[in-house]
Amino acid sequence: MSVDPKDFSPGLNEWAPPPEGYSSGSRLERVLRQGRFAVTAELNPPDSADPEDVFEAARPLAEVVDAINATDASGANCHMSSIGICSLLTRAGYGTIYQISCRDRNRIAIQGDVLGAAAMGVRNVLCLTGDGVGVGDQPGAKPVFDLDSISLLRALKTMRDEGAFLSGRKISRPPPLFLGAAENPCVTPVEWRPERLAKKIEAGAEYIQTNYIFDMPVFEAFMARVRDLGLDKKVFILAGVGPLASPRAARWMRSNVPGIHIPEHVIERMEKAEKPGEEGKRICIELIQQIREIQGVAGVHVMAYRREHQVSEIILESGVLAGRRPVARRSRVQGQGRPAGEPRMEG
Amino acid sequence: MYRLRLWSVRHARGLERVYKWVEGAMVGLDPVFSRLGYARVERPVALVERSVKTLLFDCEMCGQCVLSSTGMSCPMNCPKQLRNGPCGGVRPGGYCEVKPWMRCVWCDAWEGAQRMRNGAWIHEVLPPVDRSLKGSSSWLRVAREKAAERGHSETKSRARRIVAKAFAGARRNEPASAPLAEEPQSAVNREAQR
Repeated sequence: MSVDPKDFSPGLNEWAPPPEGYSSGSRLERVLRQGRFAVTAELNPPDSADPEDVFEAARPLAEVVDAINATDASGANCHMSSIGICSLLTRAGYGTIYQISCRDRNRIAIQGDVLGAAAMGVRNVLCLTGDGVGVGDQPGAKPVFDLDSISLLRALKTMRDEGAFLSGRKISRPPPLFLGAAENPCVTPVEWRPERLAKKIEAGAEYIQTNYIFDMPVFEAFMARVRDLGLDKKVFILAGVGPLASPRAARWMRSNVPGIHIPEHVIERMEKAEKPGEEGKRICIELIQQIREIQGVAGVHVMAYRREHQVSEIILESGVLAGRRPVARRSRVQGQGRPAGEPRMEG
Repeated sequence: MYRLRLWSVRHARGLERVYKWVEGAMVGLDPVFSRLGYARVERPVALVERSVKTLLFDCEMCGQCVLSSTGMSCPMNCPKQLRNGPCGGVRPGGYCEVKPWMRCVWCDAWEGAQRMRNGAWIHEVLPPVDRSLKGSSSWLRVAREKAAERGHSETKSRARRIVAKAFAGARRNEPASAPLAEEPQSAVNREAQR
């Protein structure tokens, strides 16, 4: 028996084959394919070996999102691994997105990890190239980049659809994955970003999470081109947003974190504000509300680095959930009455 | 050489024509190469190829040349060796995230492709590089692939078959990027043999 696409009730066996027309049957995939405005958020991975630190970070997010992204050493900084976090959270009943960067692992490691993650119940993956090692905390590390985000997408699609590794060896039970990728609409070469998106879709991407959007006119132009190419019909686009902490932090991010474009007027607005932190949150909420009105946008992805405490306020105040209950964790009480050592397994 | 590399992108159209001609010549020479043995011609041809392409493209001799699909801008010069387009970290003005003094290889590739007859090839999803072919001649590989298409030899490698299948479009445009013909021993792991 396959998963009922509309049934988000706890205890549902998502190990069952995906429903007709679904790649994975994960909750995120079902939310998107049913045309609901999806909300995802990024979890900042702990520098710790304590699982409780992961759950502590995940709990407040799970109340307001459909899936939680576990970053893979983003910015080339070492933290707890994405696969570790996703495995812990998935087996405790949370919806997760496993981020895979090509920077640190070659094709042998990545394909094996994907099977391992899928066996743990992880269903959503996000294929990334990854930042260069130079910006991270261990710039002396060897950059791998054996695959790139697009060949990674095609490799995972091959594992899923052909049931084979890139070596041609058969996979007896292929991983039912919902394949995602990133896009950075506001960064050079802006005129080519929609074409690159098309290539990612061609390679296998089914959903997209974008980098930070602060420049609405540029994003709107991007989306107009995306609609012209008919790409919004082929892929679910989740626009990336996040609260800025202060004008200084914004300037620092702009010049030190790769791929971040923040227009000057946004920073000036924060400078004029009495409480820059609150203003950053306000700006983020307004951006979400504007993004929601753009045709072809399927959801938002909130990245609140060191501002996790603001995520739930941002999402609730923006009104994007429109009274809907998110599904990253179905309910607080769902775990009760279940025998210990038998965690629920869902994507 | 960096400046010559930029020149090559500016003259992508002309180089595309030259490249087509070289390719045709290599394919035409297949009977000669076959008689002499591809194993034997590998070294001298690779030497010539290395000299020419290092000068024009800062070639890294990946052995799986895809310049015709990348606007004559060699993707192996990208610090992340991306084969399918720019990363999300390109700096304002089109400069590299990792080497800020260098033009983004993929911004150049895009511009080069606009000038080329087969510029649309840049949209095709290219497979990951087979690292065991580093240092070998891509020109000879193309010749072997074209000859193999005429039924000379077929690979026994499952890995090659799945890559050629998964990246069928790339295989069509750039047979050396997803090769199927049998490789002579001297063309595999050349870097280790050197």
